[in-house]
Amino acid sequence: MSEKRPIISMGGRGPASGGARRTLPMPARYAINAVVVLVLLILGELMIDGGAINRYQSTVLEQVGIYIILAVSLNIATGYLGQLPLGHAGFMSMGAYGCSIFIIRVSEALGVGARDFVTGTPMALVVVVAGLIVGGLCAAVAGIIIGIPALRLKGDYLAIITLAFAEIIRVVMLNIDDVLGFELTGGAAGLTGIPGFSSFLLVFGCVAVVCFLIHTMMKSRHGRAILAIRDNEIAAEATGVNTTYYKTLAFVVSAFFAGVAGGLYAGCVGVLQPAVFGFMKSIEILVMVVLGGMGSMLGSAISATVLTILPEALRAFSEYRMIAYAVVLIIVMIFRPQGLLGSYDFSLSRIIERVMNRDFPWSKKDAAPAADVAEGKEVSADAER
Amino acid sequence: MFITQVLNGLQLGSIYALVALGYTMVYGIILLLNFAHGDIIMVGAYVSWLVMAQLGLPPVLAIVLSVAACTLVGVLIDKVAYAPLRNAPRLSILITAIGVSYFLENGAQLVFGADAKVVPAYTDLTTIQLGGLSLSFPSVLTVLVTIAATVALTLVVQKTKLGKAMRAVSEDMGAARLMGINVNSTISFTFAVGSALAGIGAVLYAMAYTQANPTMGMMLGTKAFVAAVLGGIGSIPGAVVGGLMVGFAEVFVTAIGLSVWKDAVVFLLLIIVLVVRPTGIFGRTMSEKV
Amino acid sequence: MFENVSRRQFVTGSAAAALALGLVGCGGNGGGDSAGGGDASGAIKVGIMGPHTGDNSSYGLACLNGAQLYFKQLNADGGINGKQIEPVVYDEKGDATEAVNAYNRLVQEDGVTGIVGDVTTGPTIAVAKASVADNMPCVTPSATAADVVTYGENYFRACVTDPEQGRVMANFAAEQGYKNVATLYLNGSDYSEGVNEAFCEEAEALGITITAQESYAEGDVDFNSQLTNIIGTNPDAILVPNYYQDDGMIVNQARGQGYDKVFLGVDGWSGIYGGSENYADAANLHDCYYCCAFSSSNESETATKFVEDYEAEYSETPTNFCALGYDAAMVLAGGLTAAEEAGLEPGSEDYKQAVIDGIADGTVEGVTGSIAYEGTGDPVKSSLIISFNEDGSEYTFEVLDV
Repeated sequence: MSEKRPIISMGGRGPASGGARRTLPMPARYAINAVVVLVLLILGELMIDGGAINRYQSTVLEQVGIYIILAVSLNIATGYLGQLPLGHAGFMSMGAYGCSIFIIRVSEALGVGARDFVTGTPMALVVVVAGLIVGGLCAAVAGIIIGIPALRLKGDYLAIITLAFAEIIRVVMLNIDDVLGFELTGGAAGLTGIPGFSSFLLVFGCVAVVCFLIHTMMKSRHGRAILAIRDNEIAAEATGVNTTYYKTLAFVVSAFFAGVAGGLYAGCVGVLQPAVFGFMKSIEILVMVVLGGMGSMLGSAISATVLTILPEALRAFSEYRMIAYAVVLIIVMIFRPQGLLGSYDFSLSRIIERVMNRDFPWSKKDAAPAADVAEGKEVSADAER
Repeated sequence: MFITQVLNGLQLGSIYALVALGYTMVYGIILLLNFAHGDIIMVGAYVSWLVMAQLGLPPVLAIVLSVAACTLVGVLIDKVAYAPLRNAPRLSILITAIGVSYFLENGAQLVFGADAKVVPAYTDLTTIQLGGLSLSFPSVLTVLVTIAATVALTLVVQKTKLGKAMRAVSEDMGAARLMGINVNSTISFTFAVGSALAGIGAVLYAMAYTQANPTMGMMLGTKAFVAAVLGGIGSIPGAVVGGLMVGFAEVFVTAIGLSVWKDAVVFLLLIIVLVVRPTGIFGRTMSEKV
Repeated sequence: MFENVSRRQFVTGSAAAALALGLVGCGGNGGGDSAGGGDASGAIKVGIMGPHTGDNSSYGLACLNGAQLYFKQLNADGGINGKQIEPVVYDEKGDATEAVNAYNRLVQEDGVTGIVGDVTTGPTIAVAKASVADNMPCVTPSATAADVVTYGENYFRACVTDPEQGRVMANFAAEQGYKNVATLYLNGSDYSEGVNEAFCEEAEALGITITAQESYAEGDVDFNSQLTNIIGTNPDAILVPNYYQDDGMIVNQARGQGYDKVFLGVDGWSGIYGGSENYADAANLHDCYYCCAFSSSNESETATKFVEDYEAEYSETPTNFCALGYDAAMVLAGGLTAAEEAGLEPGSEDYKQAVIDGIADGTVEGVTGSIAYEGTGDPVKSSLIISFNEDGSEYTFEVLDV
């Protein structure tokens, strides 16, 4: 077996490369990235305000952001933990319903009108953020309920049990009103009256926060424990990793962010019907993760972006879209099972450091092979049972 | 009324059992949950429709061609999509199987449209009088065929040379190869048997429910899959027991007036069984190699 | 601890954002001409949207065919005010998100002056909410949920609502003297559940006993256990409010169990026999009644002409959905005519308002009957009760006037 690398590459070279390598101090790295994100967000918002991006394009952008969150959150369970949950849409629906019901009820109680959500008064903003967190928590609770029994099982069994749970969630959403005797989810007719609170800034703000949180988690010892479980569960357990705890943790975090994305989805579309969150939706998200590269946040984000924008751009070929999905999925699995990007992840700091060290790809010197490895061109450590 | 419901459960359960047998065969040998199995049934039903409604050929030919087409499609899927991945991680094969299932469903939708097609009756015989009871002919046939298939499969796996090869491959693929067993052709044979069963299932399904539509394999496949896992995937009697359990669970939940919760109950049953006994009722426990 | 947490690539987020911006920046083709509503040749752009692929595509395509037929005929007759109608067609695959995108694209990039759509309820609600801000005149051929027309005064529908159909059938049941009625509906379908609820409420108010309310799930094909329950309560009639494919199987299985009394249905039954396929056996369709806006068996002059034209164009018999698509297009065209006659600038707020007012005040003689709006987006129109001959062909049992 070829050399295995951790899923998130270390970047740079080890001390063996000799000489004093200049590195960025930690706070500077965070500062640079934060500034870049802020600049992009402001730029986007200005373009929307200025009319360079019209409402059609900004709605599609919002959806791109929502799918990015869904894909990177599923990536935790699939890419990092190495399991195959087939019920991601179930968590999404928990979040979507939790968030919308919370926002509808609370804004009624506080007297926040639908217009306030569009104009974005501070009160409305607080309600929305609280709503998204409530949505995430609802999904996380579902994640715990599903995760504890499910994670005792392996591989295929886990896949089928999550599928089963997602179906149960769907049936419950459909029929809970009759049991409770009052209006909660609106049943098959759907939950309406959700204020349209999603906006470009909110969605991409969430994307940045979610990516940051997942990134830091995966860099912490929790993240390493999760990666260790994926690479070899028995070995991980033998070295003292509490596998049940970390598996559940990864699962619940994945569910939480899916719930947040569900909340944003509700605010974007304005109507929720349980049928939307079926098996198909789970597969759609899975396809994004698998294509992008299991274990690559950048890969998930790119494929979520492409797979959301492409159908919009190619409306004329919509008949063939689903077939194309299927064929691409099979071909990628056969010829590049680790996904297009494998486990490569992009790092701005790494590039800046290379510039600082004048270590360009074209200036091949002694360290060329090492740099290649750092670039993630090697075969990745794919999700082997 | 109670007896009628029992018969309803028996019919539904035996369709699930027949489909579950196909899942179990394939899983038993290469540990693959063949997500596309339900969709192979869909292919069979469409072939029956093509032969009888479009070409106007007799039902016997429709049955033969349906089974043949399913067998062919099954083997082809194995060769094209699964064979290149024999040594790949399990996750990759599982995702490929989902891809194949998607491909078949959407392909059928593109070719035949989303509307259901009506498969003409294979026979004029619709009911059988037995004592005071009038039994629907497709139900009786389904139950009989399921019993026959179970017996035949058990015999093939236990008594024939090919069956021995199958068991060897399922035990340890590498060792089987060293012993001179042609692993690839054994796997192909398994797919052929599993898919032929799907073909028979397709005919019985079309006989009982008369409609073929592109997504019919999905719910049927999922339920049969649940049945196979319930019974212990890889076990032939397990598939039958699992199928009947799912069928009876659905019918009895409906019979007590809780039809809206029918699917939830089936899935809940699966979760409970898996949590209590992770390998299913008849499944064997495999110790993991370190 | 801090050392453990630290690393450098949380930029993934920023990378994604950059990428998204870049792609959309390139992808969009401006849209500067959006407010136009007409191009140099003076054509009027009209949007048609619906599920043209996927599970609901049969309904979407039927509506599309009907609407396109109407616009084609209108153009052949010289269009509106000398301007040709130019339909822009988008598929939304039955998904609410895609529907909002399709709507925004129609309005912002194609600059349409009115929309025929959407087709099914969920996506239509999403589109209706989005359209209020634009005051965009929209006519849905077939979205039957009550909510659809409540968000703004710009949304109209050509069909009657689920509750209305439920009430019509309840009254019909009372009229026919059925004392005990059971229902079998699709759990998870707003259409089926909506009809079922309204039917049961109205029927009980009329003194009918609802002996059982059974349900099944999407994708089910075996209804025997529900039917056994229902037949056990010995009803005079069974209400099956769903689409023809399921209805066909239910009727066949119930007759197979020896039930030989009445079935009641709603407009989803249209196409159960004699359309592209025969979903129920002709012998089983005795004593089946459903309410509907249109049937190819209807002998009124407009309906006969429509059936002929439709068959000539698409060489198949039109269903209820085709007729509703045709009428929705007619309703929208009525509004457009009013705005054009007022000589307003296409795309302006006044123009849109004039279209909306034109629809609200006008009356059109559609193939599904005369359609007028009395202050709401819901039409006031007649409906038909359809039944079946021995050979499975339909006949109009009763015409229920307004």
